[in-house]
Amino acid sequence: MQGNAACAEGALAAGCRFFGGYPITPSTEIAEAMARRLPKAGGVFISMEDELASIAAVIGAAWTGTRAMTATSGPGFSLMMENIGYAAMTETPCVIVNIQRGGPSTGQPTRAAQGDMLQCRFGSHGDYSTIALTPNSVQEMFDLTAKAFDLADRYRVPTFVMSDEIVGHMRERVTIPDAVEAGRPRPLAEGALPFEGGDDGIPGFAPFGSGRAVHVSGLTHDERGYPDTTDPEAHDRLVRRLVAKVESARRDIADYEAVNPDAETVFVTYGPPSRTVEQVMRDRPDESIGHLRLRVVWPFPEFALKVFPNARTFLMPELNMGQMVREVQRHVDQPVISIPKIGGELHTPTELVRALEAYR
Amino acid sequence: MIAPDWFRDDRLPHIYCTGCGNGTVINCTLAAVEEMGWKRDETVFVSGIGCSSRAPGYILTDSLHTTHGRALAFATGVKMARPDLHVVVFTGDGDLAAIGGNHFIHACRRNVDMTVICMNNHIYGMTGGQGSPTTPAGAISTTTPYGMSEPAFDLAELAVAAGANYVARWTSYHVKELTKAVAAGLQTPGLAFIEARTQCPTNYGRHNKLRRVSDMIEHLRSHAILVQKHDRLVAEGKPIPEGAFTVGELVRRNRPAMGVQR
Amino acid sequence: MRHEIRFSGYGGQGVLLSAVILGRAAALYDDKYAVQTQVYGPEARGGASMGQVVIDDEPILYPEVTEPDIFVIMSQQGFEKYGIRAGKDAVMLLDADLVRSRPDCRYYEIPATSEAKGTLGREIVANIVMIGALVTATGVVSREAIERAVLDSVPKGTEELNVKALKRGFELGERA
Repeated sequence: MQGNAACAEGALAAGCRFFGGYPITPSTEIAEAMARRLPKAGGVFISMEDELASIAAVIGAAWTGTRAMTATSGPGFSLMMENIGYAAMTETPCVIVNIQRGGPSTGQPTRAAQGDMLQCRFGSHGDYSTIALTPNSVQEMFDLTAKAFDLADRYRVPTFVMSDEIVGHMRERVTIPDAVEAGRPRPLAEGALPFEGGDDGIPGFAPFGSGRAVHVSGLTHDERGYPDTTDPEAHDRLVRRLVAKVESARRDIADYEAVNPDAETVFVTYGPPSRTVEQVMRDRPDESIGHLRLRVVWPFPEFALKVFPNARTFLMPELNMGQMVREVQRHVDQPVISIPKIGGELHTPTELVRALEAYR
Repeated sequence: MIAPDWFRDDRLPHIYCTGCGNGTVINCTLAAVEEMGWKRDETVFVSGIGCSSRAPGYILTDSLHTTHGRALAFATGVKMARPDLHVVVFTGDGDLAAIGGNHFIHACRRNVDMTVICMNNHIYGMTGGQGSPTTPAGAISTTTPYGMSEPAFDLAELAVAAGANYVARWTSYHVKELTKAVAAGLQTPGLAFIEARTQCPTNYGRHNKLRRVSDMIEHLRSHAILVQKHDRLVAEGKPIPEGAFTVGELVRRNRPAMGVQR
Repeated sequence: MRHEIRFSGYGGQGVLLSAVILGRAAALYDDKYAVQTQVYGPEARGGASMGQVVIDDEPILYPEVTEPDIFVIMSQQGFEKYGIRAGKDAVMLLDADLVRSRPDCRYYEIPATSEAKGTLGREIVANIVMIGALVTATGVVSREAIERAVLDSVPKGTEELNVKALKRGFELGERA
């Protein structure tokens, strides 16, 4: 099965019943699969007039309590930024899949990149926090897309599947489980306010039609949801909660693999470069080389770096000019070496062996 | 004219200026909604950004106050996911015709079953009176200090051309007619578009020799001509009065619609 | 053992489908691991299109093809773009009627297109003839697996023709 098809299957298995999208290479196969599959599953597929409308329709559908997603790439992702901020501000659970391609601008439509890793965290204006997952195989396209719905619902936050053209277009064997975990947002308790955080900072959810007359606004709002745009205290309270509800849960959200914890030279990867590192480590077994592979990059699990107490150097192969390397650098004292690769192809094992020899 | 239980009384005072026409349009809409017998927990109001778009915040139902221009796209998501909910969109000329123009024509084309009420005050009111796509030729605004040099959109005709099942235009002067038109729109399956021309004394009238609220309303009244009269003048080859615009029902039809509850 | 197989031809010959079918045979019916990738873009329409498969007995980590050990080339342009740099130890199957050049590595001339046009009566199955030849010439997947994968992938009503094409390919590959 193709990666993009597995993404659609993962969404359906997680109960996604609304897809709003706009065709764009290399994510289009996800929309095509949803167009085929959703009507038969009792869901709605709608091809919107652009990506701004796609994410808007998804947010609208999400407020009816329907699990909803969109999928896009490059320019489409940029167009979605304003409404992604709206989803963060209004705590709308929704899933956005980005099959990353080479940028900036129209760039390389049919080539892979990981160039939007900071955009998915900081791309909309203002302070907020998001969750981002990074699959490295077709199986993980299924698994992590399904998981994204769970996280989006649990934390009431737009959740990203940050894949790329390599994984989106490759075909591998996929095992589809009988059922996937599908939690729902905690319902809004009787007497509770619709934007009141509680202990974990996450409000209860009262979807439209449930009789709670919820006013949802992208303006700074109080716990009732009413706009309050001039009180510094109201803004501080809201935005701090939006960030803290995700960041304070980063140990629960974290998903990573750590190999050879005693290593001195440690690769830190996410997405397809992890497979090159795994290949290098299989070809030349060496306990002094470690590997931290992140399946969740945002919120960033800085504690995972401490799994390697003897680390002397961190090496970060990324399909960009060095984006997540900044995040690693600010959490460790050791040198963190960026191994950037742009142009659309994955680092080869030879290239990483050369890097190992140069920097260990 | 309307039951007070549709308003959030804990949201007062509202933000509208003295003499603003938006309150009239909200009243007419809620009167029509009441007439339909719709329940509060089955009705969702959606809006974008601008003065008009603050309306849902004062109404005691589920409501989605979204981003500038995108209200119709959000509303499409709500309606398609839950066709059993009634969806009403409040928008303005800037929200609908400028930044949201593409969503406007596509929502009409899809004919999604919802009612869209545009408070057209011919100006960006919230940001202090800049020229919009419906500012009349020659009109003064803060960004057209020498007079508007671009032609204006006719929103109702645009909706007809784009495929909406019901289209009407009235003004904040025509309270009874506007209420009836909204009710007709609510009843029509598919997209109903009602343009309500309204006065903005603060940011439009002030710059265009219509300082008093009554002057603005009189201006709307005296420049409105019934569609039927307009068509008769055209048929007889007689001139249309300078600055006149049509009011009345422009179209009521039964094209295939989306999101209609079965 | 890891095999890297590259298919190239012109758009419309079905070389991308060939790669998908081979990957499917390995991953679903031979209990091996497979990753299929391809070059997307304007080249895929009319020019030289290319699809590749990695097949291995153990899980495939690095998913890309770096140095194919098996080539299937079905057009001259495909040879020039994707076959000309074949390593000395590689094996190449080429459609003898469509590819003028010959590589430095070991190669087998398979008259797939003329077989498809002539004996089988439908040019469209040339890629299936080629897959059949590939299987018997290299043993990269089993005959049973490839037959099931072909049947999964071809339009209804064409199964008989495609199986016939595949079996003709088996014979041509055995002889090669």
